[in-house]
Amino acid sequence: MPEPLLQVRDLNVAFETSRGDVRPVRDVNLAIYPGQTLAVVGESGCGKSVTAMSILQLLPKPPAKYLSGQIFFQGRDLLQLGESEMRSIRGKDIAMIFQEPMTSLNPVYTIGDQIIEAVTLHQGKSGRAASTIAEAALADVGIADPARRLGEYPHQMSGGMRQRVMIAMALSCQPKLLIADEPTTALDVTIQAQILELLRKLQKERNMAIMLITHDLGVVAENADSVAVMYASRVVETATVEELFDHPVHPYTEGLFKSIPKLGADRHRLDTIPGTVPNPQRFPGGCKFHPRCHRMQGDQTCSSVEPNLREVKQKHWASCHRIDGYQTAAVTVPSISHKRQVTAGAATEVSA
Amino acid sequence: MSEAAVGYERDSTIPLGGPPETMAARILRSGRMTLGGGLLLLIVLACLLSMPWTLSESSGFGYGKQYETKVRAEPEPTAVGLFGYDVLGRSLVARCLLGGTISLAVGVAAALIAVVLGVTVGLIAGYAGGWIDSTLMRIVDILYGLPYILLVILFKIALEDPITSLIAMMQGSSPSFSAGQAANLIVMFLAIGLVSWLTMARVVRGQVLSIRSMPYIEACRSMGLPTTRIFIQHVLPNLVGPITVYATLTVPSAILQESFLSFLGVGVRPPLPTWGSLASEGITALSPVKVYWWMLLFPCLLLMFTLLCLNFVGDGLRDLFDPKREASKV
Repeated sequence: MPEPLLQVRDLNVAFETSRGDVRPVRDVNLAIYPGQTLAVVGESGCGKSVTAMSILQLLPKPPAKYLSGQIFFQGRDLLQLGESEMRSIRGKDIAMIFQEPMTSLNPVYTIGDQIIEAVTLHQGKSGRAASTIAEAALADVGIADPARRLGEYPHQMSGGMRQRVMIAMALSCQPKLLIADEPTTALDVTIQAQILELLRKLQKERNMAIMLITHDLGVVAENADSVAVMYASRVVETATVEELFDHPVHPYTEGLFKSIPKLGADRHRLDTIPGTVPNPQRFPGGCKFHPRCHRMQGDQTCSSVEPNLREVKQKHWASCHRIDGYQTAAVTVPSISHKRQVTAGAATEVSA
Repeated sequence: MSEAAVGYERDSTIPLGGPPETMAARILRSGRMTLGGGLLLLIVLACLLSMPWTLSESSGFGYGKQYETKVRAEPEPTAVGLFGYDVLGRSLVARCLLGGTISLAVGVAAALIAVVLGVTVGLIAGYAGGWIDSTLMRIVDILYGLPYILLVILFKIALEDPITSLIAMMQGSSPSFSAGQAANLIVMFLAIGLVSWLTMARVVRGQVLSIRSMPYIEACRSMGLPTTRIFIQHVLPNLVGPITVYATLTVPSAILQESFLSFLGVGVRPPLPTWGSLASEGITALSPVKVYWWMLLFPCLLLMFTLLCLNFVGDGLRDLFDPKREASKV
């Protein structure tokens, strides 16, 4: 079994506020293997982006502080590295693309300036060599006439084009891991499909790992190898994409699947999960999901004891007292090296 | 119904492509105004700078005679006398040119001080944040709270004598009238400049705060760029627009402040003229016995004209630094 490229172990992050600490990430465990796509799913505010930002240590300190945990990348704990060592990893080994392609490029520089800046920084190339690499990077992401596009400003491009430029920029230094923080949320569905297909193609060519942060289960079904579902700062369920979609065990995951509209289903209203995501400053006691959970029963277990992540089935971890066999399941570190067998297309009915 | 579907006819009263562009907007966009403004400003500057030669003793306007106090029989503006003569018989054109030089010098010096100090303080406060930001901004708040007239008078009292003796020392002579005049001007530059940087610091800090939270700055950090480089290469260029606009607006406001101070008697010391003090002299000269209207009109016209040109140039510079505006013209 290969070593994971990135392993997050028991990560705890807090934000200092005037009303005490807020905990956006609690005991998060994740593992990504080379060439694998891990999807991190959850509602807004559940800690997906903070986890991603913690990996690159992009959170401003203060207010953010790392309480405990390790982030191993190729055997090194990123949390122990200094700022300058971290800088040499950012962009070179781990690159990131953001949700907002409209504002993720500096409006006063041309596309070329910005890609070349990344290339010169990490590859020590300059002048012609750098602009050749930039041109190739643009060609790789399917932008026509890249030589001319290098001289254009971000506002001259559409949203989809800009996201392609962002991807070109992120991939120009051949990173081993790409963190894609809701890369397609701001784009319309046809462009979304193109961008995701592009990511899949580039991933295959370069054996690059992708951490795909999203709240779109259709995107997960089409792209992920393994999935981690987050709720209220914690991973509540993690499994391979096939296992999770076929046999979700956590009531929150079940609720998410029920809330997807299905083609041909004769329903007037969609199922929803009652209630809202709790405010991190006023988390309920016990299981953070219990106020919204349909499995809640009379006894005090759910509202007083917070369940931890246990391996309830082979390669399937979840945290819920009401799962059969949960009480006897082992507490192990989740790690799934699985690669999906079915490529995109077979799972499209979920996103439809 | 042979006509096209109802509701799809074009209302001919509404022009295609949205509301028509106003004339002013079009001229501004075409950039002609900017170019014209810049050109006229250059002409004004050329006139001001050529003053020692065009107004020499032999040219007839009498630069040397501007302190001459002979009451003229015919002080009205003429083809030879140009702007006419003031109550004391001094050539108004000579005084306007000299006054303009001083006014513009005060404006430019104040704007320079405001840009250098204000941008530095604003950048540091906005980027560092935390207690550095709080300290710097409280200093700005305190200085804002003090009435600037008080500050200017304090500066004058504190600085004028030391600067006078410093200049005299450099000339190797005892404190003289000319050294006093020079010190007075330097104190004016400093005093107005030291008051004008406050707003600039706030504007720049606000801009830095909004730019540093932009996704592209985060993207820069995720690419592994060092902080100082992000700061200089990505934050600063986005500030050029607001800084230029504010700097060009500081020049006219400094000129107006100087004329206000001159009016109060704490500004540039007479007999040295400025456009502001010439205008205030012009107002007092509007007596019912003899109306010296030209004494008010010409300094005011020159002032207005120059300030207008400055504003157009400021607009043009902002467009120049904004790639979006440039593209929309193509």
